[in-house]
Amino acid sequence: MKALEGKVALITGAGGGIGTAAALAFARGGARLHLLDAEEEGADRAAAAVREVGGEASTAVADVSDHAAVADAVGAVVEAHGRLDCAFNNAGISGPLREFLDYPDEDMQRVLSVNLVGVWNCMQEELRAMVGAGAGAIVNSSSGLGVVASPSMSAYVASKHAVMGLTQAAALEYASKGVRVNAVLPGVIDTAMPARLTEDSPDTRRLMLAAHPMGRLGKAEEVAAAAVWLCSDAASFVTGHGMAIDGGYLSQ
Amino acid sequence: MSERRVAMVTGAGSGIGRASSLAFARAGAAVIVSDIDEEGGAGTVEQIQEEGGKAAFMRVDVTEEDDVRDLVARAVELYGRIDWAHNNAGHGGSPQLIEDYSRADWERLLTLNLTGVWSCLRHQIPQMKAQGGGAIVNTASTFGMVGVRGMCAYVAAKHGVVGLTKAAALECAEDGVRINAICPGATRTPQLETFFAELEGDPRVAEEAYVEREPIGRLGAPEEIAEAVVWLCSDAASFVTGHPLVVDGGWLAQ
Repeated sequence: MKALEGKVALITGAGGGIGTAAALAFARGGARLHLLDAEEEGADRAAAAVREVGGEASTAVADVSDHAAVADAVGAVVEAHGRLDCAFNNAGISGPLREFLDYPDEDMQRVLSVNLVGVWNCMQEELRAMVGAGAGAIVNSSSGLGVVASPSMSAYVASKHAVMGLTQAAALEYASKGVRVNAVLPGVIDTAMPARLTEDSPDTRRLMLAAHPMGRLGKAEEVAAAAVWLCSDAASFVTGHGMAIDGGYLSQ
Repeated sequence: MSERRVAMVTGAGSGIGRASSLAFARAGAAVIVSDIDEEGGAGTVEQIQEEGGKAAFMRVDVTEEDDVRDLVARAVELYGRIDWAHNNAGHGGSPQLIEDYSRADWERLLTLNLTGVWSCLRHQIPQMKAQGGGAIVNTASTFGMVGVRGMCAYVAAKHGVVGLTKAAALECAEDGVRINAICPGATRTPQLETFFAELEGDPRVAEEAYVEREPIGRLGAPEEIAEAVVWLCSDAASFVTGHPLVVDGGWLAQ
């Protein structure tokens, strides 16, 4: 039996590297998918990839920082499938690389809106559906930088620490109601996000690589595999946990 | 994967170790089952064989480094390699305050819970490096992350296991050998039942007090811990190393 056979799953930020890899991994695990992205093209591309491997995916365009849009999207899944079993709240942005004293207010606001308020919005709507059914599993994207810090990413670091705290808070409140809430803590994953962030700074790229004891960056599929496992019934006693997928980054 | 994997488990005669041995076998591995308890170990082997799996028992006291060395050598002799190892042998000891704790008990528990894992790593790592990779999971505990009254040696040793796991993971990260830990919360094993029985008063009251503080509202099952062990060893966890995976129903989130 597949890990997510018969389950209905929602993935946000589905057009990004990790999001698309997760969509494929959830589909291969047997889940029917509803894919969210702020950009229609991203959501469509991910859905097409899912269909190519024989999976089933519907899409919605929503900026996760817009609570009403998130409520509509979650409402649509529940209406279409009658249920929501799993959610991977993966949408996030890095913000610019900028020292704290020079960090623009509007960038800080935007990073917190997407990374933290976005997860808050999604979880509120998802939990409403799951608690009603008495079962469900949520995985939030925190980061290795949700546990430690790195220079010039203060807003990102703050948002990801907050996601970890929010994950544990929600896990506690709903543990006895059949819903598990966990987070993934990826190291730097080889996707467009770090590539964009370091395109003008080969030094930063080199440091990123050196920060991972395994001597390489992670693959989107490796984060996706952890999200699938945390959503599966195999993880039935795991809740409130931040799972590092980081090549040893946090062990240093 | 057509080629059979090889797993070794210490403390495999009951509880979590028995469950992980069975889970490894179901994942297609030949399993070297070891325990100080011969009867328990034989029972685990029997269960694996009944399910059509392949397993062999070896009596091992992990506090004896020669035993551990022989165990690793025997696994390689029998099956040619060690892909997955679950260093699980351990014991909580009897509840006792620090001022009443005997030095002998302290040393015994540190040797069993911490030095035992260290000995396993010492012999498994060269084998895994030589064969080009492998995955090891050490059994720590939620009490490897936080403290608890009455179990000072266990708490210290399990914190040690978490630290040792990270140190070893760093040393092996570029050699294809991943080393992680699991931190089980209160799990329904024979050892936990004994622990509850040794506390003052009614064991059922002690259990209820635990469950009351457990956010998920129940104890864990050994099979739930085993799932985490097998996942950490699987190729799906290829970028996971040095990680203490907490399987505790939310206990540590409080």
